Amino acid sequence: MLRTALRNVFAHKARLVMTALAITLGVAFVSGTLVFGDTVTQALRGASAKNLKDVAVSVQASSRRNPDSEADDARSTALTSDLADKVRAVPGVTSVHPTVNGTATLAAKDGRPLNADNNWQNLATNYSPDTPDTDRDSRFPVSAGRGPTASGEIALDRRTAEKAGYAIGDSVRFATQGPTLTKKLVGTVNTDDPRVTAGGSLALFDTSTAQQLFLQAGRFDELAVGSAPGTDNQELTSKIRALLPAEGITVTSGAQLGYEQAERIAENTKELTRMLLAFAGTALFVGVFVIANTFTMLIAQRSRETALLRAVGASRRQVVRAVLTEAGLLGLGASAAGIVLGIGIATATRPVLNASGAGLPNGPLVVSTDALVRSLLVGVGVTVLAAWLPSRKAAKVAPIEALTTVDQTPPRRSMVLRNSLGGLLTGVGVLTMLYVSTQKNGADTNLKTAGLGSVLALTGMIVIAPLLSRPLIRLAGAVTTRLFGVSGKLAKENALRNPRRTAATASALMIGLTLITGLSVTGSSMNAALKAAAVGGLTADYKVSNTGFVGIDPALGAKVAEVPGVAESAPVASSTLGARGKFAALTAADPQQLGRVSDLKFSSGSLADIGPGKVALSDKLAKDTGLSKGDTFQGTLGFGHDKKELTVVGVYQQTRAVGGAIGTMDDVLPYADGGKLDSILVKAASDRNTSGLDQDIRRALGNSPLLQVQNQEQLTKAQSGQIDAMLNMMYGLLGMTVVIGVFGVVNTLAMSVFERTREIGLLRAIGLDNRGVKQMVRLESVVISLFGAALGIGTGIFLAWACGSLTKSSLSQYEIVLPWARLGLFLLLGLAIGVLAAVWPARRAARPNMLRAINAQ
Amino acid sequence: MSMQAAAPVPAHFSTGSAAARATGLCKVYGQGETRIVALDSVSLEFGRGRFTAIMGPSGSGKSTLMHCMAGLDSVSTGSAQIGDTELSSLNDRQLTRLRRDSVGFVFQAFNLLPTLTALENITLPMAIAGRRPDQQWLDTVVATVGLSGRLSHRPAQLSGGQQQRVAVARALASRPEIIFADEPTGNLDSRSGSEILGFLRDSVREWGQTIVMVTHDPAAAAYADRVVFLADGRLTDELLAPTAEGVLDRMRQFDTKARTS
Repeated sequence: MLRTALRNVFAHKARLVMTALAITLGVAFVSGTLVFGDTVTQALRGASAKNLKDVAVSVQASSRRNPDSEADDARSTALTSDLADKVRAVPGVTSVHPTVNGTATLAAKDGRPLNADNNWQNLATNYSPDTPDTDRDSRFPVSAGRGPTASGEIALDRRTAEKAGYAIGDSVRFATQGPTLTKKLVGTVNTDDPRVTAGGSLALFDTSTAQQLFLQAGRFDELAVGSAPGTDNQELTSKIRALLPAEGITVTSGAQLGYEQAERIAENTKELTRMLLAFAGTALFVGVFVIANTFTMLIAQRSRETALLRAVGASRRQVVRAVLTEAGLLGLGASAAGIVLGIGIATATRPVLNASGAGLPNGPLVVSTDALVRSLLVGVGVTVLAAWLPSRKAAKVAPIEALTTVDQTPPRRSMVLRNSLGGLLTGVGVLTMLYVSTQKNGADTNLKTAGLGSVLALTGMIVIAPLLSRPLIRLAGAVTTRLFGVSGKLAKENALRNPRRTAATASALMIGLTLITGLSVTGSSMNAALKAAAVGGLTADYKVSNTGFVGIDPALGAKVAEVPGVAESAPVASSTLGARGKFAALTAADPQQLGRVSDLKFSSGSLADIGPGKVALSDKLAKDTGLSKGDTFQGTLGFGHDKKELTVVGVYQQTRAVGGAIGTMDDVLPYADGGKLDSILVKAASDRNTSGLDQDIRRALGNSPLLQVQNQEQLTKAQSGQIDAMLNMMYGLLGMTVVIGVFGVVNTLAMSVFERTREIGLLRAIGLDNRGVKQMVRLESVVISLFGAALGIGTGIFLAWACGSLTKSSLSQYEIVLPWARLGLFLLLGLAIGVLAAVWPARRAARPNMLRAINAQ
Repeated sequence: MSMQAAAPVPAHFSTGSAAARATGLCKVYGQGETRIVALDSVSLEFGRGRFTAIMGPSGSGKSTLMHCMAGLDSVSTGSAQIGDTELSSLNDRQLTRLRRDSVGFVFQAFNLLPTLTALENITLPMAIAGRRPDQQWLDTVVATVGLSGRLSHRPAQLSGGQQQRVAVARALASRPEIIFADEPTGNLDSRSGSEILGFLRDSVREWGQTIVMVTHDPAAAAYADRVVFLADGRLTDELLAPTAEGVLDRMRQFDTKARTS
C-alpha cells in the first residue's frame, strides 16, 4: 500500500501544491522560531560570556542612602577603596576594576536629547585602568583618543559619539540626575553591552568624577576581580568573601555570574519563543482546515478507485492506512521544505530586527537537531491528524461503487448533529463571554474564563459555519446575480453546493480575521482610552517634565512663566494622601494657576476654595471614603506618618490630569518626592504661534537632555505609540495565518474546478465564453472569502467587546471603539483575497478542452 | 402530439438552402507516427429544415465531424460553415457567440448543470446571452416535451429521460439555426429514447428546425429524413427516407465490403 500512497502523492502533485505550501509555511514558522530562539540565546550568552571572560570574581555592593549628604537621593555603598586594596592584595588576584554605575543622558551636538525616553539604557561608569602604571582599561578598548583621566573629561562609545555628532575635543552636554553638565570628549571606546547596542549610550568618566556624580568619594558599586591563569576561582571567591564585611556586599564567582546571566537570557528568549510559537500554532491550526479539506475532496474524487481497491480485496484498514501514509509522505516533504525556509527566515530575522534597533549581538546560526526533529514531527503530525477524519470516509466507500457506471452525487449527509453541536458550542461560548463582559477586572480567573469562552465561541462558529453559509451566501449571491447575471448566479449555486467544503474554506480565513479584528478593536479602544487619560481634563498646550524620575526644581516654575509666549504656567507637584484608610495620588498646585491649564468639573465647591488645609477630592475618592464637601478628616501626607487636619472644600470629576485630591503647593510640596516638582503645565498665549515655543521653554530651563516638553499630541502618542507598534507586529505575525487561509481558498477552488470540468465544458459548449467562466470562478471565490471575512470580523468584534470590560479596573476610560476604517479595510481584504485566490483556478477553469470535458463519460 | 398552433416560424426555417456545409473538411490529430486522420476530405451539406443522421462504426469520425461542424473543435484544412459563416475564420469569442446564438446541443450524458432547476437549465443559453426568453415559445416547447410540472426540479430529482427532455427543450428554446445531437439516446431505455427522437423529428416537421444527429443505432437513424454513412473518415454513402431495416442493411453491406476488400 506504500506504493499506492506514493503514487497518489505524485499523481496529484498539482492538486497538493497548495496543501503542501500551507504545511511548509506553518512548519517554516515553527522551525524559524526555534532556530531563531536558539541562535539569539547563544549569541546573547556569548556576549555575556565575553563581558565576563576576564572576571574571576565579582564583588557587588548594594546601595544605600548616603547619611553624610543632605540630598535625599545621594547614594553610598559599603565598598571602599581600602576594601578594594585588600582584595587586590589577595594572592592570585591580578587585577581589580572598581566600578561606579550610573546613567547619563546625552544631548546631541545640535541639542536634541539622545534616547531620553529609555534613559535606563544610557549607561555611565568609570574608566579604571587595569593597573596603576597603565592608562588602558581592557573592558573598554579605545577606538580613538584616550580614556578620561581628569574631572573635565568624558569618553563615549564610538557609536554614541557618531550618533550624537561629537568629535574628539568637542564639549559634550549631558545630564545625570541633577543639573546639565559639560565635559570635553577625549576618546571613544568600543563596547558590546547589549543595552548600548540596543540603542542606549555609554559615557565614561575618571573614577573620582564618577564617584562624585553617582555615588560618594572613595566608594564603589562593584569590583571586577581578575585572576592569574590556573587559579581556583571558586576558592578565590571564598577567600575574598571572608575578607569583606557580609552586610551590603555579595561576592560571586565569575562563572556563577555567567551562569545566572545565561539563565536569565534563556528565560527571556524562551518567553519570546513561546509567544512566536503561539502564532505559529495558529497558522498550523488554519493549515489543518486546508489539509482536511484537500483530503476530503481527494477521497471523494477517488471513491471509484478506492471501491476498486476494496473490491479486489483491500481491507478498510488498509484503505485508511494508505490515506494516512499519503498524508504522512506529503507532511514529510512539505515539512522538510518548511524547515529549510524556516532556517532562511531565522537567518534573515536578525539583520531585519537590528535594522530597526533591536541590537541583537552577532553569532553563528544555531540549528539544533532538537529544533529540526520537533519541526518535522509537528509538520507530519498535523498533516496526518488533519487527514484522519477524511480517511475514515475513504474506508466507508463500498466495493459496489466500483461497478456503478455513472458518477452519483454522494447522498447528502445529515448535518443535524453537527449543527446541534455547533449551536451548543457557540451558545456556551457566547454565554461565557457575556458573563466575562460583566466582570470588571483582569484577574487571572477572569482572563482564563475569557480565553476559554473565546475558544468555545470560535470553535462553535467553525462547527456551525455550514449552517450559516446558506443564508449568508444566498444574500451575497443575490448581489452577484444582480451585478453579474448568469456568472454570478452559477457562482452562488456552486458556493452553496457543498456547505461543508465552503465552510471549511471560509473558516480558515475566519480564524485569522477573528484574531486580527479582535486585536484591532481592543487596540483602538485602548488607544482611545489612553488618549482620554493622557490629555483628558487638560487644557494646557505643553507639559514639562523630567524623564529621569528626579522631578523638576521648583525654582524653574517661575522661569517658565517668564518665557515670551507663555500665557499661563502651573507648576504641579504630587504626593499621596491617606484618608480614612484609602490612598490616592495628591496633586499640589496653585488653584488659580491650575484652573487656567485644566478643565475640572466640580460637582460641589470649586478650585478657588482650595487653600491651606483645604483640599478638593475626586468623586471616586469621595465615594470611597464617604467624605463630602464640608467634612474634616485626618489626612496622612506622603509615605511617612505625618497627619494633618484637612477640610474638604469641593468634589470634582476624576481625570488622569490630576490625582485623586488637590491641595496647595505649600501643604504638599514638603511631602513630594525629593521636594521637587512633578511637572509644569504650560498654556501658550493665544496670539502666539506655538511653533518653536517648546524649544524656547527648553532653553529657558537649561535645555537638559532629561527635560521633556510635550504637546498634547506627543503626550497621547507616548501612550498610544506602543500599542500601534504592538498591533503592527501582531498583524505581521497573523499575516502568515491569513496567507495560509488564502491557500485554502485557492485549493478549494482549484479542486472544485477540477471536479466540475464537464460542467464547465457544457457551459462553454452552449455559449458561455472564457471570460464568463473565469468570472464564475472568481465570484465563487469572492463569495466564500467574504463569507469567511464577515464571520471573522463579526466574531472578532464580539470577543473584543466582551473582553473589554476586563480592562476597566486598570483603564477606567475604556470604552469599545470600533476602528471602522480598519474594519472596512479588512472586509476589502476579504474581497481582494477572493479575487486573488481565484486567479489560478479561474485560468485553469477556462483552459480545459471542451471536447474532453464533454466526452469524459 | 400537435405542434400546429405554435409561434410563427422563423424566416430562415423555410428556405431550402443548406443550414451547414462541409467542404473538403480534414481533421488530423497528432504528428509523425502518431498522426491520425480522423476526417479525410469530407464534403457535405445539411439541408435547412431537415433531420440528418450521421452513422458509422466506432472510429469512423462521425463525432469528430459533428464537433467540427458545431464549432467545438478546429478544422485542419477545408471549410466548415454554418449558414454563410466560415467557422475557421472565427476566433474563440466569436465561436462562443455563434454556438450561443445559432447552435443547440443535446449530448449523450451530462447535459445539465446540477445546481440549476430544469427551467433555469432550459433558459441558460439565453441567460448567458443576457436575453429574455420568448415566453410564448418557451411555454410551447416546455409543453411539447411534457415538462410543465417539473420546471422547478433539479436534475438529480429527474429521471434520465426527463433530464434528456430538459436538454432537448434547452436546445429548442433559443430557436437556433441548427441543433447538434450526439448520441442523444445512448444512455436511455428504448421507451424514453423513442420519446426523445419523436420530439426531435416533430420539431423538424412542425417547426422546420434543422437537426444533425450522430448515432450508431439504426432505429434512431430511422427517425431522420436522411442518413449519411461515414467510414475511416470518409463519406461512403447516404440514404433518404430511411427505415431501420434499410439502415441496418446498408451497414451490413459495409461490413461485408470491409471484410472482402
